[in-house]
Amino acid sequence: MSSVIYERMRVNPKFQELVRRRGRFAWTLATIVLVLFYGFFMLVAFNPGLLGQRIAEGSMWPIGYTIELVLFVFFWLTTVVYVRRANGEFDDLTAEMIREAQKEKP
Amino acid sequence: MSKRLTTALTLLMLSGLALAGPAMDASGVKQPTNWHAIIMFLIFVAMTMGITYWAAGRTKSTADFYTAGGGITGFQNGLAIAGDYMSAATLLGLTAMTYTQGYDGYIYMLAFFAGWPIILFLMAERLRNLGRFTFADITSYRLDQGKVRTMAAISSLVVVVFYLIAQMVGAGQLIKLLFGLDYNIAIFVVGILMMVYVTLGGMVATTWVQIIKACMLLFGGTLTLLLAYSQFGFSLTTLLEKAEAIHKLGPKLMAPGSLLADPITAISLGLGLMFGTAGLPHILMRFFTVGNAKEARKSVLYASGFVGFFFNVIFLMGLCAVLIVGQNPEFFEGGTIGGKLIGGGNMVAMHLAKAVGGNMLLGFLAAVAFATILAVVSGLALAGASAISHDIYARVIRKGQATEKEEIRVSRIATIGLGMLAIVLGILFEKMNIAFMVGLAFGVAAAANFPVLILSMYWKGLTTRGALWGGYGGVISAVLFVLFSKSVWVDVLGNKAALFPYTQPALFAMPIAFLFAYIFSKSDTSARSKLEQDAFEDQYVRAQTGFGASGASH
Repeated sequence: MSSVIYERMRVNPKFQELVRRRGRFAWTLATIVLVLFYGFFMLVAFNPGLLGQRIAEGSMWPIGYTIELVLFVFFWLTTVVYVRRANGEFDDLTAEMIREAQKEKP
Repeated sequence: MSKRLTTALTLLMLSGLALAGPAMDASGVKQPTNWHAIIMFLIFVAMTMGITYWAAGRTKSTADFYTAGGGITGFQNGLAIAGDYMSAATLLGLTAMTYTQGYDGYIYMLAFFAGWPIILFLMAERLRNLGRFTFADITSYRLDQGKVRTMAAISSLVVVVFYLIAQMVGAGQLIKLLFGLDYNIAIFVVGILMMVYVTLGGMVATTWVQIIKACMLLFGGTLTLLLAYSQFGFSLTTLLEKAEAIHKLGPKLMAPGSLLADPITAISLGLGLMFGTAGLPHILMRFFTVGNAKEARKSVLYASGFVGFFFNVIFLMGLCAVLIVGQNPEFFEGGTIGGKLIGGGNMVAMHLAKAVGGNMLLGFLAAVAFATILAVVSGLALAGASAISHDIYARVIRKGQATEKEEIRVSRIATIGLGMLAIVLGILFEKMNIAFMVGLAFGVAAAANFPVLILSMYWKGLTTRGALWGGYGGVISAVLFVLFSKSVWVDVLGNKAALFPYTQPALFAMPIAFLFAYIFSKSDTSARSKLEQDAFEDQYVRAQTGFGASGASH
């Protein structure tokens, strides 16, 4: 029974669209986070001296601390962005698709 | 001696527990009995016992027991996940690391934190849509139930047991210091309270214990920081100027230091912490306690918000402690500044609380630390018990024929078994160097649980054979790498030189797991593997849409 409905959803162009759009969005955000995170770890591993320097002459703010603080905030903001779009736009599309699949006569 | 005994007995009796003939051993460093802490901890125990009583009335089905009936909201679950993640080791260990190593502590915190967005983007909704009680529900969705579940249950139990031992030993030592209680009594108190919460209240009680504790921890930590930071006018510039002037690292205080000296260790640590988080059974289980994918996503949003906030709080606490604790002779043995801290390095956060908020705040933070351990071991015990009762007993041994009643009974027995095992191992490992155990737990989680889980959700080609090779390959290689590394081979077993030069296994064990899973899936030409690959299509639609996923039962 549910296999029939799964089949109907799979052939629904909206499903393809949902998967493509959400997939692209999720992977884009994930790539951004991974690149920034491992980029930062490369700095830690290969150029630790740089991170200890100050952001500007006369300032006490170290470069490393500032970068990391920005990363903490930025990473959290990416979760906000994803949850807003996934819980809004993508979930509406999903609900619509499930409705259509269940409405069709077997 | 007799006063301590009375304290211990009062504590046990007030918690509604009886313990015959507690062994009193006055050896080791012990603080005078801390009444503020004990009273506040008793209030916490009373509250959580009330909740457990209430939860027990609501725990009837297996869904109630394992996942609180799926009725937890995203916000509540976010707090509970944050609670699971912010263990006493986080509060005490990372403040201490910042106090001695400065900026290195902050690097660790980012590595602990950065897994969360990735879990959200790539895993949260699929976990919720495919899973029911344990993450093995997902890995075995279209594969051989018996073999794949057994494998997942074994690697879950390895993670749970090592993490549990680390928490228990930490608990005993901490409580001995904070409360002036005997080590063995502390272990018994933790073990028995944990058994009561989990066997009676299941996931409902475990979640609420976790939520209350997370709120207490966030409140206590933030208050300590505000009081400490106000001494520097809330100015990072002032704080850093003063701290660098007196710290032995001097201007290097805010630069990466010796902990991550070589690139391989740094990157392996980053991998292990990031993907280990995504393979911890007690964290994964939390995704099944919410009603749908929407709430699962919100859980991560809130959890990562709380965790990120708290990491920044404890980093600044550590820096403030450099000045406030590090210059106060009251906190050093014999009053020599720069000597050994009273109670050892992990006491930095506690000394800071005492310095800025007196005995009241120290008592509160000590009670929070105790509550934290209790809540984390409860979550671990429940995850371990569900691997035994849901995966091994109900699905593998009884092949799905067990009634809910029987399954819950086995769960409760498993919880008591794990609780007793935790007590015994906690006592046995008291004097051992257990630093490697948390690393091992994360290593196995990253190298065994995570690869099979992510492949089962994303790769159509994964077959039973591939999953088994990948999973077992990951567990065995992670365990061997840790065994042959300095932290076990030299520090515990007393050999001269380590056979494996790095302390972090993830960078090496993860590729082995992925490679094995790939090779042994690709070369699998059995008729069964064809069916497994075909079954991916339906699984994929369900993963994407949540249609057919188990919903909330109330």
